[in-house]
Amino acid sequence: MEFTEEQLKRYSRHIILPEVGGKGQQKISNSKVLIVGAGGLGCPVGYYLAAAGVGTLALVDNDVVELSNLQRQIAHSVKTLGINKADSAKQTFENLNPDVNVVAVKERINSKNILGLFKDYDIIVDGTDNFPTRYLINDACVMLKKPLVSGAILRFEGQVTTILPGEGPCYRCLFEEPPPAGLVPSCQEAGVLGVLPGIIGALQATEVLKLIIGKGKPLKGELLIYDALGVNFRKVRVPKNSDCPICGKNPTIKELSDIPEQYCSI
Amino acid sequence: MAVTVKIPVPLQRLTQGKAEVEGEPGTIISLITNLDQKYPGLGERISDGGKLRRFVNVYVNEEDVRFLKNEATEVKDGDEISIVPAIAGG
Repeated sequence: MEFTEEQLKRYSRHIILPEVGGKGQQKISNSKVLIVGAGGLGCPVGYYLAAAGVGTLALVDNDVVELSNLQRQIAHSVKTLGINKADSAKQTFENLNPDVNVVAVKERINSKNILGLFKDYDIIVDGTDNFPTRYLINDACVMLKKPLVSGAILRFEGQVTTILPGEGPCYRCLFEEPPPAGLVPSCQEAGVLGVLPGIIGALQATEVLKLIIGKGKPLKGELLIYDALGVNFRKVRVPKNSDCPICGKNPTIKELSDIPEQYCSI
Repeated sequence: MAVTVKIPVPLQRLTQGKAEVEGEPGTIISLITNLDQKYPGLGERISDGGKLRRFVNVYVNEEDVRFLKNEATEVKDGDEISIVPAIAGG
């Protein structure tokens, strides 16, 4: 695929980077990325990936835009209140960059539909707001050997890690099991600084682009922790757990299942 | 010089808002038990019956104690302990 005059202009600041160049931009244009959740994290991740010219960008969300989302979910607006979030974000991203094929998937992800949804995409981004879906996404990515860029936020703190199945640890190596209901509050209960998902989402988008162009060091085997109040970025090492139930030596999870409802009310 | 313990934001309400507290050298589990006396409730959030909870990770100088000696991992003066709970907001 040759770039048009207009595309050469649009992506010129990428193309002049030796690490990206025409070839890297071509890879970006040919890539297919799926983002689970068009909320706090999904909005900035999708926004920057759309701007970067990712070929196909799928957004999976079955919620509708509410007024309380607009404090941080920057792809939505008062004009899209009450509209499905994937549809709302699709409009925004298409206005920014008509080159991008934005696919709105208005479904809640579960153990039945996840493999079918993920199989055609190169990279998966986790921007969900609950533990059961996070574990399910991890397990599906391990099974399909899909790179997963995971981000999470709460109050003033964020976490990012890149999971490369077969090469590095997975989310279950990092956190063996989800906390029981009620022990870790949700953003709805505990609040979140509106700009925090912007920072964490931008880091996730950066990881995605690095994976696509194949440059730099992915955030593999490490968890990056951002503390907005203390202005700290910290990294801790995440070893591969040989006893991991999904990616260890003797995996006990052989098929996907939905984690019981009791974990859903956090 | 003591052991520095970094408290994650969700647990800072138990440490009077402090992001960093001082702990005593010894095993990880004794350090947590001692901290709980100073900051009641903290121990229970991180451990249960002398075992670390499986959804909270404890790092000694960036290394996960699960891959060291777990609860029996020794910490000394100057070490930096990070408590990192799983969070799921998006």
